[in-house]
This record gives sequence, C-alpha cells and structure tokens, in this order.
Amino acid sequence: MLNERIKPIVMPKWGLSMSEGKVTGWLKRPGSTVSLGDELLEVETDKITNVVEAGETGILRRVLGEPGTIYPVKALIAVLAEPDVPDSDIDAFIDAYAVPAGEDGDGEADAGPQYHTAETPAGTIRYAKRGENGPTVLLVHGFGGDLDNWLFTIDALAENATVYALDLPGHGQSTKRIADPSLAGLSKAVLDFLDTVGVERAHVVGHSMGGAVAMRTALDAPGRVASLSLIASAGLGEQIDHGYIQGFVGATSRRDLKPVLETLFADRGLVSRKLVDDLLKYKRLDGVDEALRALSSGLFADGRQASVLTGPIADAKPPTLVVWGEEDRVIPAAHAQALADTAQVAVIPGAGHMVQMEAAGKVNALLKDHIAKAG
Amino acid sequence: MSRKISMKQAINEALDLEMRRDPTVIVMGEDIVGGTGAHGEDDAWGGVLGVTKGLYAKHGNRLMDTPLSESAYIGAAVGAAACGLRPVAELMFMDFMGVCFDQIFNQAAKFRYMFGGKAETPVVIRGMVGAGFRAAAQHSQMLTPLFTHIPGLKVVCPSNAYDAKGLLIQSIRDNDPVIFCEHKNLYGLECEVPAESYAIPFGEANVLRDGDDVTIVSYGLTVHRALEAATALAKDGTEAEVIDLRTLSPIDWDTIVESVERTGRLVVVDEAHPRCNLATDIAAFVGQNAFGALKAGVQMVTAPHTPVPFAPSLEDLYVPSADSIASAVRRTLSPKGARSIAA
Repeated sequence: MLNERIKPIVMPKWGLSMSEGKVTGWLKRPGSTVSLGDELLEVETDKITNVVEAGETGILRRVLGEPGTIYPVKALIAVLAEPDVPDSDIDAFIDAYAVPAGEDGDGEADAGPQYHTAETPAGTIRYAKRGENGPTVLLVHGFGGDLDNWLFTIDALAENATVYALDLPGHGQSTKRIADPSLAGLSKAVLDFLDTVGVERAHVVGHSMGGAVAMRTALDAPGRVASLSLIASAGLGEQIDHGYIQGFVGATSRRDLKPVLETLFADRGLVSRKLVDDLLKYKRLDGVDEALRALSSGLFADGRQASVLTGPIADAKPPTLVVWGEEDRVIPAAHAQALADTAQVAVIPGAGHMVQMEAAGKVNALLKDHIAKAG
Repeated sequence: MSRKISMKQAINEALDLEMRRDPTVIVMGEDIVGGTGAHGEDDAWGGVLGVTKGLYAKHGNRLMDTPLSESAYIGAAVGAAACGLRPVAELMFMDFMGVCFDQIFNQAAKFRYMFGGKAETPVVIRGMVGAGFRAAAQHSQMLTPLFTHIPGLKVVCPSNAYDAKGLLIQSIRDNDPVIFCEHKNLYGLECEVPAESYAIPFGEANVLRDGDDVTIVSYGLTVHRALEAATALAKDGTEAEVIDLRTLSPIDWDTIVESVERTGRLVVVDEAHPRCNLATDIAAFVGQNAFGALKAGVQMVTAPHTPVPFAPSLEDLYVPSADSIASAVRRTLSPKGARSIAA
C-alpha cells in the first residue's frame, strides 16, 4: 500500500534514555534536494543539541516538524521522495503514519530495562547491548566518560552488528573500585567483561583513554580483538592537555566543571546544563574521586601520557582505523598520523575531542565501513 | 544503578548507607523505631510517617526511641556530637524546636566558636516543615528563617529525592550542626536516585530551568510551584530561570546574582512568613549588590503573616501557588514594575 519511494524522516533516538526531542530549526528548505549525509535539521534533547543528517536521498517534499515543538522519538517530522511521486501519495503516507510503539514494551523513557549489569571478576559492570546480528562490536569510552558517550553511535552500528558498550571500572554506573589503575588493569577488566557476557572476539572501538585500553587489549589478547577503531585515542603520543585532566578531576561545582567540559567540543555550545549536571552527579558518587585520581596519576602523571603504544601496534598490525576531530583540544590531532603507515586515518574538520558526538554521521560511516572490511 | 524512589525512601537510604559506612552515626527521635515502651513492636512505626522504617532491623540499638522531651534528647544529641558521635536526631515536626532552642542555638551552634575551634558538633537535626498536610498551625510552619538567622548552623531544605539523599549524606559527614528541613508534602515525590552513596556540597544552588527573562528563586515545595509557573509563562513567551537554593545556609549568592545580571528581573518565593525570611534576605542582597542589573523591582511571593490555617480551603490559599508566582513575574514585566525601579 505504502509507496516505497516515500521515505520518512523521524525524530531520532539518541541514546537509551531519549524519549522526545525538540526541533530547533531546519537547515534544508522544503523542495530542496537532499543527499546522503546532508544536514537536515537541528534537534535539542535534554542532554544535547545535534544535527540530524539525511540517511536517504530525495527531495524534501514535506516539513512537518515545527521549530520549537517537542516530538516523541520516531514521530514523523519530514518526508523525502522523488519529484515524480504524486502529492496525494505523500498526503496518504502522512495520514497513515503511526509512531511505532517503544521497542522496550511500555515505551517509558526510564533507563531501567535498557541497561544491564554483569558481575565480573573486576566487579559490577554496567553495559548496554543493541542489535542481534553480524559481527560483535565493543565500545570503550574515555577518562571520566561512560557508555552514553556513544549515544549517537550505538544504534547506528547496531543496524548491522551486535554492539556492546560498557562503563569501565571507576566510571558511569559500574563499580567504582579499580583494582589496577593502569591500561593493563583496565584492559583486564574489559576482557573479564567479554568473558562474562560470552563474547570471544570483538571489534573494539575506543575513545580517548578507551582507545589506549583497546590497543592494550589487542596487544595482550590479540585473539580477542578483531579490529581496532581508535577515536581521538590516547596512547599514540605523549602530549595531552593536562589542564583538562586536572580540571576534570578537580572540579566540584557546575561553575568549575562547565569550562572544562567545553574543552571537549569544537562547538562549546554543545555543553548543556544537563550534560554538566549528569557529570557532576557521577563525580559526586562515593569512590569516583579516588578512582579518577588513581587513573590520572597512573596514566597522565606530570602532564604526559605514560603509555605510548604506537610501536607495538604498528608491529602487530591489527586492522586499525584512526579517527580524530581536527579541533581536538585534549589530545592533538597530529597524533592521528602516528599509525599512518599501517592504519586508515581520518581527520574530521569542525569537530573536537568528542568527534563521535560532534560528527556522528561521518564517524559512524567510517566505523561501519572499517568493521565490515575487517570482517 | 539509578532508579526512581521517593524522597522518603531517599532519606531512609541515606541514613542506612551512612550508618553502614560510619559506626559513629546514630539515629534518635520520638517513635523512630517502635514507639516508646511498645514491647514486641520493634520497627512498628519507623517514625511518625515511616521515614526510618526498616533501619532498626539493620542497625539495632544505634536507633533510639527517645522520651517525648525534645529538650532532653536534642541536648543529648548535641552532647554526643561534641564527644565524637555523629547523631541524627529527628525532631518530627520542626515546629517543636521551640523547646530546644538553647540546645541548638546557644550550644550546638556556638561550641566551635566558644571553644576556640577545638570543639566540633557534627549533629544533624531532621524534621518536617511546611504546610499543605492538614496538620494545623503547630505542625505546618516553614521556620527556615529562624535557623538561617543563627551563625554556626547549616540549613538544608531539599526539593526532591535526589537532592535529599545527597544533602543528608553531606549533612551527616559535615562537622557542623545541620538543620535538615524535610517538606512533608514532598515525601512521596519520586525521581531518579543512584543506589550508591553520594554527597552534594553545601552552598550550591541548582538551576532547574534556563531562561533569560526573569529569575525565580525558591526552595523546598515551592520550587515545584515555580516550575509550574515557568511552564505557564513560557506559553506567553516569557522564559523564566528557576533556581532551587537547596541549602539556605550557606547560600549560593553567586548563582542568584549571575542569573539576575542576565535576566534583570527577580521573583523570590518563600513558604515562610513574609517578615525577615529568605525572600527578604535575597531581595535585600540583590538590591545591595546587583541593583544596576535590575530592570524592575524585586517581587516576593510568600505565605501571609498568619498562622497556617486548618481549614483546607484556607490552607490551600496559604502556600504560594503557581498562579501567584506567575502573577509576580508578570508584575516585573509590566511597565509599572519597570517604573518602580526607575523612580
């Protein structure tokens, strides 16, 4: 009945807890031609504002999402179609469109059922699992981060992979006890986690410190790592903005933390009140301060990265993708070239350290391509 | 892991976690276990509204039912604190504080000062505050201004379960006497609260809503009324910033002033009586320190200068409402409101 040449554009779901988003403005006018990856509109959630990119091509035939209005996830906000599709068909499509029910049953935005915990030798690890098919992918966040750093990544990769994202020990809602605050210790925790959830081998995607953890894992247990994707990764050079690390560890108030977090993005405006509040809530949990201090003195003492793994990784040659935001102010984008001889390297303009959030569409495409090629 | 629990559960959890963490934490109060002399009825009450229910089974005699003598057991708690314990004394209704003013105002609040910094008094006095519970004039007051008046006391009044847990944990760990005010009409309100321990530092207000047109400052129950007012005002295109003070002593002047410097308009909402309360205090501070930023006179929305009425219809009118807050905001926006400052 429905014309397959009519393509709905719906309110995206960014992260496990998003239930609705506000259309803040359209970047394409009705009637314009849209190509894959074009920026269509801006959407604001309680966590972050970001651009929705086109996942299809066509003419933007209808714009339904009103700026300033809040829509539930998957609500129809625009329609793409070829020019020869009659208006009446598009009207019929819009009339017939129903917002699909939440895939987790009750449609509640509560994070409860969407997160899981695993009791591992390293302690309780919180994780998310999305997708059921294809290769297994593991997402490892950076220093002070958590699995929500992948809120624009996890569902995109889960279209053709089984994706796990975990909170490392000391982070998010995992145990705050870090037995060994070194890359080897965190790598062991990652392997413990994979054992517990029964994953033999995974494509490991690491951001920042998580990239160094991924490399350490690939060196210590090469059979467990199918490929590496290193995003703004630690471990590819000594330089790091020590002011950021110290500022993040030391900040105890919203006022202290906000400017520190602004270092993470090329567009400082992305640091919302909610983002700052969520991180403060994490930092105030018992044990977090000790965990962050132990990690920062173990990994970034004296303002330098203690472990540079470029040599061993270049020798081991796991299939590797290196992605950086050109405007990274935490770890210099020049580090992207450290593995230029053995890895695929992409430096993305207009993005900072959180490149997987700021340029999610581009990073997701690179990751999907790399994982597919690495098999 | 985070899950939704009520403010009552959050307070219970904070007490439980701190008793587990620190053996010097004790809890005392009237009927907080089973009711005085009620043999075979251990944990039957768990406090008059059940806030401490279940703790006796976990911590036994570290929870003490006290005689109905606030002056005696609050004094005992203050003394125990000075001698190395961390007592949490429940006053049931803060309205009962009158009979133990000396223990609190003249002893607990003064020890550090009188003993040249050599004595610490890490006592927490918990109790219910606020109207709307049909509990009449002697069980419904918002007496926070009495406590903020006294140097040496820290005063906390959370508006939600997350803050209640983190602020109570901070109160217990703090080395000074803390008056912890629990609005009884917020006990059932649920929000996301981590299961783990966490402490929210004193003196940091929470900005619950961003807005550029007017700043609304409040604490406790009326924070929610302010948020309702802000939602209503947004429909007319007025964006209100809503600040929840969370702690009244110390108070986060910086967040208030920074917001007013941006919005130019201030509405202060306080469930206390109108004379010498948080609203007048904040209005005066902003008048003295940020007068140049004001585009209109500061508006105060408070309870009237009367006892809390028992008649439900009158009691409902007594507490500042979303409508009265929205009206106050509109007064700051009207040309007359602007003239009042220019004159």
